[in-house]
Amino acid sequence: MREKIVTKDPGEGIFPHVTAMAAILIILLSGSIFFVVLSGAMPALKKFKLSFIFSTIWDPVLDIYGAAPAIYGTAVSSFLALLIAAPLGVGTAIFLTELAPGWLRKPVSYMVELLAAVPSVVFGLWGLLVLAPWLRKGVGLFLDEKFGFIPLFRGPFLGVGMLTGTLVLTIMILPTVTAISREVMLTVPLDQREGMFALGATRWEVIRKVILPGSKVGIVGALLLGLGRAMGEAMAVTMVIGNTFIISPSLLSPAQTLSSLIVSEFPEAYGMQLSALMLLGLILFAITLAINIIALIMVNRSAARLKAGKELVPVQISMPYGEGALVLVKKKNLSKME
Amino acid sequence: MENSVKIVTEKLNLYYGNFQALKEVNLEVCSGKVTALIGPSGCGKSTFLRSLNRLNDLIDSVRVEGEVRIDGENIYDKSCDVVRLRKKVGMVFQKANPFPKSIYENVAYGPRIHGVRDKKVLDRIVEKSLREAALWEEVKDNLSRSALRLSGGQQQRLCIARVLAVEPEVVLMDEPTSALDPIATQKIEDLIRALKQKFTIVIVTHNMQQAARVSDITAFFLNGEIVEVGNTGLLFTQPVDQRTEDYITGKFG
Repeated sequence: MREKIVTKDPGEGIFPHVTAMAAILIILLSGSIFFVVLSGAMPALKKFKLSFIFSTIWDPVLDIYGAAPAIYGTAVSSFLALLIAAPLGVGTAIFLTELAPGWLRKPVSYMVELLAAVPSVVFGLWGLLVLAPWLRKGVGLFLDEKFGFIPLFRGPFLGVGMLTGTLVLTIMILPTVTAISREVMLTVPLDQREGMFALGATRWEVIRKVILPGSKVGIVGALLLGLGRAMGEAMAVTMVIGNTFIISPSLLSPAQTLSSLIVSEFPEAYGMQLSALMLLGLILFAITLAINIIALIMVNRSAARLKAGKELVPVQISMPYGEGALVLVKKKNLSKME
Repeated sequence: MENSVKIVTEKLNLYYGNFQALKEVNLEVCSGKVTALIGPSGCGKSTFLRSLNRLNDLIDSVRVEGEVRIDGENIYDKSCDVVRLRKKVGMVFQKANPFPKSIYENVAYGPRIHGVRDKKVLDRIVEKSLREAALWEEVKDNLSRSALRLSGGQQQRLCIARVLAVEPEVVLMDEPTSALDPIATQKIEDLIRALKQKFTIVIVTHNMQQAARVSDITAFFLNGEIVEVGNTGLLFTQPVDQRTEDYITGKFG
């Protein structure tokens, strides 16, 4: 009995189509989200044009809207959060990859990633019920009393405000910065480390001259991903930032961000106000998309470059929140990426 | 240079977690001689080599018992300065691992981290080390070129120059020619023979002809133990142990 080899398995024909449809659905979904936001934002975009970005007036009664304080709040809170999270996160990553004793590495790494899995509303609750009262009675009061003459620390401080929002954001982006920095540092080839150690280098010299230069680009990428996450964060920030539409130089003053403004006003908005909120969303969408794309390119590039030496180089970057990426780079293309 | 005992290991046991990779290893390494470590894959010869400059410390699960004395000092003593140890005991790896920097910077790297700042002194060290590694004539006009552009054999000699630049007393070589073609291999072997005048050399090799060509003393490792140590000529012609004979005649390994 001869085995027939010219047959067709029907499943084999359908399966690629099913998976292709799933993939196309995702593209359609993200495209339609963008389209809905864009079309919803159109009326406000037509009416206010560029002045929307610079105006500080948000008046649902007169139906005049501008986004400047929200953009300011988003920018300041995110960048300050990044400024605090960067040394903490990169430092933790160095500790976890280079310095920590073996038995400590895994549990602490898991805990860092676990921090990323805490729902943002829980961070918000903690910020509102624990951090805010503590800041109001402690640090905030102290800053206002001793340094209140500096505009940066002018009170009164109600517990909620820019400072609280920034600190909550810092804690929220810390796992992103730490986990990705750690992944990137782990891709620095072992033979480079050993080569340094064998010359009699200290741990600090190996960190400074091999690990950090080798993972520089990837760390910047990690920081940008953290920044993107801070800018997009809505719920926790809304709960602790005070939701006041002003531009104040003081960290103790309540503030507003793009996302917190959308969250707090969306349920009751209609007409032009709704369109203005959509426009805020469009601005946020554009900024975070740009930051995330740049960040992903940098993280991938760094990991790929360091794995040079094999013909095809698969590089898996895992990240909290599933912003992972697998890149496969041909060895001959690696030189172009450098 | 007189042929005195440079390194002594005494009842050296090494464990990776629960796996014992070295069992009661006793070996004397003499200065001015090349000592070759041979044996099948996984027999512990590389592990042994890496225990001589405590590079195994970088692996978390490693535990070491026994003593390794270099010039009479136990390097596993609690107060041993690992940085000084590794300056004194340099290492060349299986795969050439130049840093992604210029030829000059690669050689100057070691002296720099050990505090040499003066450009003139560095220039002198770089030239001397490259000459000692028999690479100077090939690269002297191009010291600022990236080390990664050198051929495999040149990269390996650069790594040797990089080690010599910190003026070690012992040079450990972990299969330094296993990734090289026959001509590049021959150059490295010539180099090893030249270097033994000044340095104590311990070389791990898979290639028995190489061990026979370059070494004075050969130690045969099997399953983490030293089966036989002896004069290279004698060990290859008149092995005492049956297992040594089986290995060098190619019956296993």
